[in-house]
Amino acid sequence: MVEQPEVDFRALDDLIVERFAEDKENLIMILQAINKEYNHLPRPALNYVSTKLDLPLSQIYGIATFYSMFSLEPRGRNIITICLGTACHVRGGERIKERLESNLGIAAGATTQDMRFTLETVRCIGCCSLGPVVTVNDKVYARTDSEETVKVLEEYK
Amino acid sequence: MRITTKNDLQKIRAEVQSSLYVPSTLKLNIGMASCGIAAGAKEVYDKAHEIFDEQNVLVARTGCLGLCEEEPLVDIQAPGKPRIVYRRVSQDNIAELVEAHQKAEYLEKYVLGQMKDPRSVLEDDIENPLSAAFSTNGIPTLEEIPFYDKQLKIALRNCGYIDPESIEEYIGRSGYLSLFQALHEMEPEEIIEAIKISGLRGRGGGGFPTGIKWASCRKAHGEKRYVICNADEGDPGAYMDRSVLEGDPHSILEGMVIGAYAIGSHEGFIYVRNEYPLAVVRLVEAIKQAESCGLLGNDILGSGFNFTITISTGAGAFVCGESTALMRSLEGKVGRPRAKYIHTVEKGYHDSPSTLNNVETWANVPAIIEKGAAWYASLGTEKSKGTKVFSLVGKVKNTGLVEVPMGTSLRTIIFDIGGGILKKKEFKAVQTGGPSGGCVPTALLDLPVDYERLTQAGSMMGSGGMIVMDQDTCMVDVARYFLEFLQEESCGQCVPCREGIKRLLQILTDICAGKGEDGDIELLENISDTVVKLSLCALGGTAPNPILTTLAYFRDEYETHIYDKKCHSGVCKELFYYEIDEENCNGCHVCFRKCPQDAISGEKKELHTIDQELCSKCSICYEACKFDAIAIK
Repeated sequence: MVEQPEVDFRALDDLIVERFAEDKENLIMILQAINKEYNHLPRPALNYVSTKLDLPLSQIYGIATFYSMFSLEPRGRNIITICLGTACHVRGGERIKERLESNLGIAAGATTQDMRFTLETVRCIGCCSLGPVVTVNDKVYARTDSEETVKVLEEYK
Repeated sequence: MRITTKNDLQKIRAEVQSSLYVPSTLKLNIGMASCGIAAGAKEVYDKAHEIFDEQNVLVARTGCLGLCEEEPLVDIQAPGKPRIVYRRVSQDNIAELVEAHQKAEYLEKYVLGQMKDPRSVLEDDIENPLSAAFSTNGIPTLEEIPFYDKQLKIALRNCGYIDPESIEEYIGRSGYLSLFQALHEMEPEEIIEAIKISGLRGRGGGGFPTGIKWASCRKAHGEKRYVICNADEGDPGAYMDRSVLEGDPHSILEGMVIGAYAIGSHEGFIYVRNEYPLAVVRLVEAIKQAESCGLLGNDILGSGFNFTITISTGAGAFVCGESTALMRSLEGKVGRPRAKYIHTVEKGYHDSPSTLNNVETWANVPAIIEKGAAWYASLGTEKSKGTKVFSLVGKVKNTGLVEVPMGTSLRTIIFDIGGGILKKKEFKAVQTGGPSGGCVPTALLDLPVDYERLTQAGSMMGSGGMIVMDQDTCMVDVARYFLEFLQEESCGQCVPCREGIKRLLQILTDICAGKGEDGDIELLENISDTVVKLSLCALGGTAPNPILTTLAYFRDEYETHIYDKKCHSGVCKELFYYEIDEENCNGCHVCFRKCPQDAISGEKKELHTIDQELCSKCSICYEACKFDAIAIK
């Protein structure tokens, strides 16, 4: 079991109150901020949001599982995202996915045991003209292929 | 700087025009939309700043000029000289290019073309500012290049021409003049009438007449009314809206304020998908600028009209592009669509009258007000007016964004503008309309593109994705791909969509895995019929389209998969194998070196062979072979 990061409740409270005005309507954006900070949604943070906004935890769970950007599990230090939009699909995105799955020894959606990589897929980041596209963290690799992607991953520790 | 009079706008416009079009120092415009940045524009931009900041060279950024295939695009202009656009610029050659211009020269080998006339459609009241600088030295003009010569840019009028983070440059290109006219010289009903006459229809895919939507919303009872911009561009393979958001955000804001005034709304939202971080940054900046200039907020342009815009980001759910789901998501809830008999123009966001239009629709509005409804209505076909932006991608040479008058044929778009198919392969189909659309075959290439004709062909306009497919694309796999997408994205509240799509996908997956059986095609048709008729929202109602169109035009491929257990396109791995063609193989050894499985053996200059046991059918050898010696069997 991977150790969960400590949740900074003080900062979380500031976030909810100051940035999002304790407004239930901002729930999705509050969760986005938490997801960004901790790379996933830690349970203690969700409990806090639930109490603070007076929302049932089940409703928060509903949101967290409905929208694909949220993760309830801790994710790796580096997030690899393979674009599987239509343009990338017809230009071989699927093959990059297969190659990375076999190289990293994990299926898309999973995290390597050493927490180095999480392998994810996305349906289109809008760089269709440069497909196939893979992003690692915030860096976009355009007009790529499976060989180049495998090489690029060396740079991420 | 608060702008209150038309004179204020005109003054800024006159000041900016000179620096925008005829700079007094050497100027670089670097295309910095996401596509440009992905291709390396940020490195070029940083490098240019590093070298030339001290040298009286102006390094500026713009949005995307559309020809994404050739990104990063950089245009360079010396005072009094033509403005030259370079293609595939990198941090390694940027210095060389600029230095050439410093010596009043240019580097022909990297040239895409020179800009003959930079004016937008809104600027026919001024002379072409580049006519004096135009050079007859043999550099083709952008307007003559096949990619651009059939285009007419209305929604994309400023993309690639201005700094998206500069409100002054937007005003320099006649921006916010339409808003002034609307607020000071027109009644709300007049605006709605103009939009009706223009024939503008929803560019997000539905094609509902915008003017009628606005009129119903204005008439609906409610204390508050809302205006929403749908920037949740979820169709895979479509990125028109991203380009406008990143390249010309003020055109959307201007359109929304005009719409809000026409409808009687004081509060608006832009719902942007989370996958577009740069679009959010540019929108936030644009809103701040517009607020500080008095173009958003209270007493806009001194008219007494108030309107604010808030940005909300999606969290990765395709179904939130559907209007009712989007409004639920805006309320901070799970985005599930509701039945259509309750109209959002009457009961939308918080059950108040709401008008939701797509990014491209909003960007068209200022142009219609400025140039007149009759002008807009004169473009296009009988029922589809104006222009449409398409993202031309897939197996086509010139990938990018193209804006053409409605009614332009698919052949013109793919073969003239797009330059035809990559690697001299054969065209097979073009997929339009995203997951709700369909695949249009060769026989229908002369189809003029508009809402009605694409629907008649079994596909749809959709938001404008146009994915070109060649002989190496398997149509059964394409159908499977879309159904897999839709299965993931179905919100799950109604049974026909949730269960129907799952079963359809199961059958398609089996067919692709070589487990297809007699009767599968009929079963697909049968379930599709149910899903179409009984689903609650458009996601389910159109979900079987990818199957139905591929069955209509490529039924033989399904039959070969099911009965012969063959995939001639070389996609479905259980249904083909690679073999070296003895006649074509010259033993160049490339495949041997590239194979990650070490499945290829053979000495240099001798015939190679593939070990079928080891081969993973990754296609690396097939793509790498220049002699057509890897055959699909």
